[in-house]
Amino acid sequence: MAFIEVSGVSKSFVSGTGVKRVLRDVSLAVERGEFASIVGAMGSGKSTLLSIVAGLARPDSGSVTIGGEQVRDVRADAAVVFQNYSLLPWFSALENVRLAVRAACPLLDRAAQLERSRSALEQVGLGNAIHRRPSQLSGGMRQRVAIARAFATNPALLFLDEPFGALDALTREALQQDLVRLCSSAARPVTTVMITNSVEEAILLSDWIIPMLPGPPATLGAPIRVHLSRPRSLAQLAHQEDATHVRAHVIATLTAALGGRIRRGLPRLDADAGMSIELATEETQ
Amino acid sequence: MARRRRDGGAGGAKPPGLKMKRVVNLILPTVGVGLAVLAWWGASVNVPDLPSPLRTWEESKLYVLEPLVKRGETDQGIALLAYYSLMRVAQGFLLGVVIGTPIGFLLGVSPILTRMFDPLMQVLRPISPLAWLPLGLVLFQKSEPAALFAIAVCSMWPTIINTMMGVRAIPQDYWNVAKVLRLSRTTTFLKIVVPATLPYMFTGYRLSLGIAWLVIVAAEMLTGTPGVGGFLWQEYNSLIYAHILLAIITIGVIGFVLDRLMGVVETRLRAA
Repeated sequence: MAFIEVSGVSKSFVSGTGVKRVLRDVSLAVERGEFASIVGAMGSGKSTLLSIVAGLARPDSGSVTIGGEQVRDVRADAAVVFQNYSLLPWFSALENVRLAVRAACPLLDRAAQLERSRSALEQVGLGNAIHRRPSQLSGGMRQRVAIARAFATNPALLFLDEPFGALDALTREALQQDLVRLCSSAARPVTTVMITNSVEEAILLSDWIIPMLPGPPATLGAPIRVHLSRPRSLAQLAHQEDATHVRAHVIATLTAALGGRIRRGLPRLDADAGMSIELATEETQ
Repeated sequence: MARRRRDGGAGGAKPPGLKMKRVVNLILPTVGVGLAVLAWWGASVNVPDLPSPLRTWEESKLYVLEPLVKRGETDQGIALLAYYSLMRVAQGFLLGVVIGTPIGFLLGVSPILTRMFDPLMQVLRPISPLAWLPLGLVLFQKSEPAALFAIAVCSMWPTIINTMMGVRAIPQDYWNVAKVLRLSRTTTFLKIVVPATLPYMFTGYRLSLGIAWLVIVAAEMLTGTPGVGGFLWQEYNSLIYAHILLAIITIGVIGFVLDRLMGVVETRLRAA
């Protein structure tokens, strides 16, 4: 049995206009220490799936187990990074991180908590901005704080919900490299599930890429193995033949599903537009 | 060169538009007050019992120029009278806030409680202080606690409603943070719910204080306690109409200052 085991998960939302089926019979397995990315278009249900796996939401049917235990709540050894940073604006960067440290290690005294929070922020290059509030930080710096907050508790599980989606390309790449470094230098193996709409980002970071086939309800395609040596960089991946294969494979799977959807004439054109733009840029890179 | 300076580019000189704006900001309100005084004067010419602005000043200046002198129970300097009223308002307002804030939090987090008490609140909210005061007198037998009761009951609604709205407006992101960090209920309340609600709470406090100040006049009139409102009613009964106008102006100015002070606190909180 895999470390993270998602089997037969379905989820619907009831809204004013009726029942919206978001996920149907989704299954997924991630081994300990692996980095898995779920790639799909915006609005395809990726976030819903991640919040179910992370324990923020409950599935209607199916089950999620981590290390053999049923997931009912967010686990103590898990950390989540959201796209919109989710920092508390009334706290400084240091206090934001310390809140996590304090909750995770209540036995640690104040000085030790602060020291740990400070060193987590130094790890992401924010040593000289620890007393600034989120409003005084750029988007990239805010996400660094959020990443520091996640790693400060020394997590065994990391859930990333489009962590770099709101950042410009250069900042995005710098943070991706930071993330790679933090994952590899962590005290214990970190098992990561990331959702993203960037194929390139998924290839850069992951061991496995799982395409999310748009619905509604969405389903998962067959996992694609990313057998590329580490460390990787975007520049290097652009010229690597293996990377090109993976990219072609992922894009083919996603566009095939997308094509089917268009033929079926389903609504949600916004999601389609977002998808094709993202994929087009990926192909031209 | 002159042109560049006008653009604010050289020497750090303030743009001339700013100075002009300040002058205009000062002149326009002065003109407004002047027009109101003129209208008052016009009315006093036609209504024989209404004292003119000048006569009002002549008859009231003793109270204004010796604001802290106590000559009798209600015959006191205007600052002393205002002080009594403010103390009473402060007590009633604090009582309203102390009761209203926790109720607001409870209603904010619990949809069941909201549905249970919302109709009741809608019915109680529009009741005039003049209606609450006799009930207070029945309940407490004395005028002072009855006045506090009326102020507290009338002024707590904005605090309750704004605190409730503030809690409901907390973005899902913050609740997610609490869940992901596995914060305890107490920590979630103190570190997330209270700071997120604070700006709304203070908007509520500001409105509540405004109402408390409105209620004080009615409360003092009906109970005859010393204060600006009591003074107003006593001078009406003594047919000294100039003092009514003095009391009215005092009430207005103090209400304005209170609102501005709360506004400053509120702005600071929103900026933080």
